[in-house]
Amino acid sequence: MFPEAVAAMLPFYSERFANPSGSHRFAREARAAVDEARDLVAEVIGCTPGEVIFTSGGTEGDNTAILGTVARRSGTAVCPAAEHHAVLASVERVHGLQVPVMADGSVDLDALASILELTPEVTVVSVMAVNNEVGTVNDLAAVAAVVAEHAPQAVLHTDAVQAPCWVDLRTITPHVQLLSLSAHKFGGPKGVGVLVARQGATFDPLLIGGGQERERRSGTHNVAGIVALTEALRLTDAHRNSEVSRIAGLRDRLVDNVVAGLDGVHETVPRSRKVAGSAHLCIEGIESEALLFLLDEAEVCASAASACASGAMEPSHVLAAMGVPRERALGAVRLTLGRTTTETDVDRGAEVLVGAVDRLRRGKGSGRR
Amino acid sequence: MKVLVALSGGVDSSVAAAELISAGHEVVGITMRLWGGESDTGCCSVADVDDARRVAQQLGIDHLVFNFTEDFHTSVVDPYVQAHRDGVTPNPCIECNRHLKFHRLSERADLLGFDAVATGHHALIVEGDDTGSGERGVRYVARGADPAKDQSYVVHMLSQRELARTLFPIGHLTKAEVRRRAVALGLRTATKPDSQDVCFITDDGGRARFLGDRIEFRRAVVVDATDGTPLGETGALEMVTIGQRRGLGLPGGGPKRYVVGIDRESARVSVGGEDLLLRSQQGVGEVVWAHRAVAGELRVQCSAHGDAHPATLEHTADSGGADEVVVHWLQPQRVVAPGQSMVFYDSADRLVLGGGIAL
Repeated sequence: MFPEAVAAMLPFYSERFANPSGSHRFAREARAAVDEARDLVAEVIGCTPGEVIFTSGGTEGDNTAILGTVARRSGTAVCPAAEHHAVLASVERVHGLQVPVMADGSVDLDALASILELTPEVTVVSVMAVNNEVGTVNDLAAVAAVVAEHAPQAVLHTDAVQAPCWVDLRTITPHVQLLSLSAHKFGGPKGVGVLVARQGATFDPLLIGGGQERERRSGTHNVAGIVALTEALRLTDAHRNSEVSRIAGLRDRLVDNVVAGLDGVHETVPRSRKVAGSAHLCIEGIESEALLFLLDEAEVCASAASACASGAMEPSHVLAAMGVPRERALGAVRLTLGRTTTETDVDRGAEVLVGAVDRLRRGKGSGRR
Repeated sequence: MKVLVALSGGVDSSVAAAELISAGHEVVGITMRLWGGESDTGCCSVADVDDARRVAQQLGIDHLVFNFTEDFHTSVVDPYVQAHRDGVTPNPCIECNRHLKFHRLSERADLLGFDAVATGHHALIVEGDDTGSGERGVRYVARGADPAKDQSYVVHMLSQRELARTLFPIGHLTKAEVRRRAVALGLRTATKPDSQDVCFITDDGGRARFLGDRIEFRRAVVVDATDGTPLGETGALEMVTIGQRRGLGLPGGGPKRYVVGIDRESARVSVGGEDLLLRSQQGVGEVVWAHRAVAGELRVQCSAHGDAHPATLEHTADSGGADEVVVHWLQPQRVVAPGQSMVFYDSADRLVLGGGIAL
């Protein structure tokens, strides 16, 4: 988290503890903090304050956008096959359809067009801004044009959870009716997020009761979380340009060093098609689970796909959707860079990774067992 | 030593980890995710993984989960289903030990720089001396200290190479002592019941539903073995096992009747008295040896908790190798259902010398 975001939330756990929905002076003080936060968030996102709904995070935003729209307007939903599970599971629940993706992980626009053409009952299309596993950026202007032409009755939702550090949200918002964010992906706390619902994007709320957030999301406001989210979003927006070029340089250095140090390394997505902070590689001749163990032992924290409820790594549905052969996907590794990453970090990361892969390949080839 | 301990989320492996730590080893806990489908318990459910992780946290060791679901499917579940299709009675727990715990996991541990893999099995690994049947300098699986919980039968397949890299830290303890130690350490698994049955089959629906979803059951007629009189019908030939007494839908009363023959071609199950099950010899295939092939007098155990009966082992001339043998029983024994594991113990009934699968 940004230290500024941590500092911003603390008063709301002590002297400014009141519930903003109350009517006394302390409540009004908390209310003012939420109102100011909403204004600032709207400015960074490029929407009006009334269009900002504070949520518990990305999953709630995705679920509300898809399930809520279908509940209100009936019909069904479609999404690309490489979406986050919060979207995939929602689309599955409303018996929706999955659209194929291209080899780089972006949505296949021609396939989207024909599926929308053949499925007139679609009321919501959900396409992620940036893929959480491989970092691919979708062209949401192009997606919006396809939706407008082939499914004018549908709204477009984007899971933009991975976007704020890398993409100016003001370039995304004009193309969509619904947009989901999660604070912990841009230096804010876990458990708080934003759902943007542009004017006219009506849906049935997932949470009902007290009528907070203009009846669109009931539940007492997480004031500390909202204030911290806002501070983190503000800082992310202010530093984005310089950070993106700095981190892209580090990412290139990391990947170049790994590729130079090892045979059989494949960059999953061309760098021109993805965000700066993502390095995703498929490494031949190793299993990512074993590699992650050795990296962790050397205090290099990486990931492969996504973990299931037991904590086991599941085979990546994203790589499968992209048509990456299973054999190659077994050696997937995902290294993420961010605000705190330094040149020393990436150099050590590359060195440890190359050493670990060498060791696994040698062990396997030696036939000791 | 650097030891990878397989934590199932049960009390035995929890205490095994604790024993290793107090012996001064560098210990990492690992839970294998084996089954992606529905499961009640036994290495597979999220609740068990939670227990394993909490025990590891309590003991202050790292805990990881390895996803071996594909291997489990290929080496255990698919063969289990195929065996039923073929009219064979499989032992999936033994195949899981053979292919997953002591092969896949052991290989992975080796690759990651561990010296040994430990499990919570009630069995021992001992070096032979010249006083018993064991040979000096050779490692054997031996019966665990608790006769009621001994699991040497299910880990009989370990080779010398595997035995050198495997630890059974609680094999010298009784189950009661294991539980006492778990209580003393305040482990949350101390009073957890023992796992039962096949881990990938849920209580709800059981074996019939699991297999029914994967095999098309054939109806079969049940006849009297002596005179061929039809006695009834069973809906699933693939669920019938030699030696089975219940679940054939025959009227009660009268002498006990067992399945003594299964004719898959004509879909006929013959039943008869226990005497019809008795055999003086039994063929065994796919035999593996702890060290090298043995013959002569020993004891043979045919189920996880059965007794080991005295027998003479003979290598048949026509089998062409040491992986097929004939067991000659000292006293006639019930026929062993094809597919069941048969484990050879020394005549003192202590050391595992080898084992195979009933033909």
